Amino acid sequence: MTMISITPLTTAPAAPRRALPLLLAAIALMTLYSWAVLRAEGQVAIFSLFGIAALAAVMLPRLGVHAPLQAAATAYPRVLGIGCVAGVLALLVAFHDTHFALLLMSTVMLYAVVGLGLNIQLGYCGIVNFAGAAFFGIGSYTAALLSTHSALPHLLILLIGGVMAAVIGSILILPVLRTRGHYAALVTIAFGILFKNFLEVNDTLGGPQGLKIPALHLFGWNFGNSIDLGTIEVSFYATFVLLTLLLCGVSFVLVRRLERSWIGLSMDMVRTDEVAAAVFGVAVARWKITAFTLGNFLVGLAGALYGMMTGYVAPNNFTFADSLILVSILILGGIGNPWGIIPAAAIVLILPEKLQFIQEYRFLLYAVLVIVILLFRPQGLLPRGVRSYFPGRGKA
Amino acid sequence: MSTPLLQASGLTMRFGGLTALDALDLTVNEGEILGLLGPNGSGKTTFFNVVTGLYAASAGTVLLDGQDLSRNTPQQVYRAGVTRTFQRSRLSLAMSVFDNVAIGNYQHMPLGLWTSLFRRAAFARDHDATVAKVAALLATFSEALAARMSEPASNLSMIDRRRVELCRALVSRPRLLLLDEPSAGMTHDETAELMDDILQVRGRLGNFTIVIIEHEMNVIERITDRCVVLNYGKKIAEGTYADITADAQVQIAYLGQEAAA
Repeated sequence: MTMISITPLTTAPAAPRRALPLLLAAIALMTLYSWAVLRAEGQVAIFSLFGIAALAAVMLPRLGVHAPLQAAATAYPRVLGIGCVAGVLALLVAFHDTHFALLLMSTVMLYAVVGLGLNIQLGYCGIVNFAGAAFFGIGSYTAALLSTHSALPHLLILLIGGVMAAVIGSILILPVLRTRGHYAALVTIAFGILFKNFLEVNDTLGGPQGLKIPALHLFGWNFGNSIDLGTIEVSFYATFVLLTLLLCGVSFVLVRRLERSWIGLSMDMVRTDEVAAAVFGVAVARWKITAFTLGNFLVGLAGALYGMMTGYVAPNNFTFADSLILVSILILGGIGNPWGIIPAAAIVLILPEKLQFIQEYRFLLYAVLVIVILLFRPQGLLPRGVRSYFPGRGKA
Repeated sequence: MSTPLLQASGLTMRFGGLTALDALDLTVNEGEILGLLGPNGSGKTTFFNVVTGLYAASAGTVLLDGQDLSRNTPQQVYRAGVTRTFQRSRLSLAMSVFDNVAIGNYQHMPLGLWTSLFRRAAFARDHDATVAKVAALLATFSEALAARMSEPASNLSMIDRRRVELCRALVSRPRLLLLDEPSAGMTHDETAELMDDILQVRGRLGNFTIVIIEHEMNVIERITDRCVVLNYGKKIAEGTYADITADAQVQIAYLGQEAAA
């Protein structure tokens, strides 16, 4: 066979001039905006902030900032990642004494972990899971039971929460393998509803009242204690922000690696064409089981930590509606793109909280917003692009 | 005559009351290009689907090199060295050209979870080797196509999509390639170009065996060594292109009783 010059598939397109400053400025602006939203309380402030976001969404593509920004993000993936972590840390410093803002930040990052788990299932392998809240609940209940009735170290309990979700999820593997599309979705809906009803009638698990969960102890530290740094008082949620940031960051990197491996390619093949996949040797069932199990593990792990953070677990948090919200994070962010999950999780969680003052109308407004976004961006906020196995290779 | 590579005996496929393959005996010799002909619905694609394990035969056997494939899964058939293209292009259009071809190399991919997540350097080496392999294969069809490896497959023209499908089927160096109507959806000129490509690549990669389903008679005349004609799932004629076009049964099947008379 003749040797030819190989077109470098792995080097990103030449980044535009001043790509790096542009990217850094964008990250700084996003951090600043998040800070403003998290501290906004008055109706005027909140509505003007949402107005700014809407305006930016409309204007940015027209100002020609969009394409260079995307190129910059592709060229410097590591800068983007580190920048996001730095942004979260900056917000942590800014809100060090505000319980609610820190709780909200931790929750967003835990929901992002859930989104990453569901993304392996739906985004890569094409398995629709409408029982996300149930697997999240399995994690929370596992944490509640084990931390109350056993002396296991809490780090282990968190992991067992994920494992339990994966193990109980394996009940669904056979029906999920044998059905496709809508039918598989129905199987998971049935499971989610069954799970909630089971919790409500089961007295050992606290029935409708649920269970209390003792404070989290990790590495000899009680996460329920507030922190005194000399004269500065720091909310006990600060350590949860650090912990959820760590979990979210590690999950993110691993999910990205999964996507950018032959496993990711195989899962994409299973999703896009099961018949062609089988003809080229792809073990369809193996990858569906892998995706479903890994996804449920991440969801359960996030659920266990969420339970430990809020100190309380009850069946009402794990309804079918909650599962729908979890799936909507994926759809809003752009199915298959982990980067889309983070802003989507932030929108889904923070928006209803910030709109408390219009009472129950906030859900109406929230629903309208989701519909409007999908109307103008049917592929989600950040649609998934063509896979690049080593983006930014050859760059610093 | 050389040794048979593929041998189907008494192969029968029933769908409810419909018999798509009716006790078919068919031999494919090592190194030949066999044309599989017949009117619509005569069982040609069904034969491919049974051989590749997508359908389980109702009766009969398929031997590849003496080994029975008829109860095998599609994955096992692929590992035994049989690949195919589809009548309707079945590329994953949102994925890159590289991804679409690379999946054909599945049997050689390191797929362990640990390697994929934590041994990125080892994965990078395998990835780069695969990129080189896919690029070289695409370049045997067209240098221009090889240069577009990182574009989504949806950007390609019909003939280039066919080429990508062929590369996906060839990247694992199969012993037997099944082509299901490669001319579908293309002009005469494009079809001729594609056939040139197939013959040229076959010359370079070693004379692998091909079974081709085709309705374009000039394609059949040009590239096949031997032909088999099916009708209602039965073999009605076998021989060279000249033999089968002269065959009365074949004329009846294609043109009707009176026209042939």
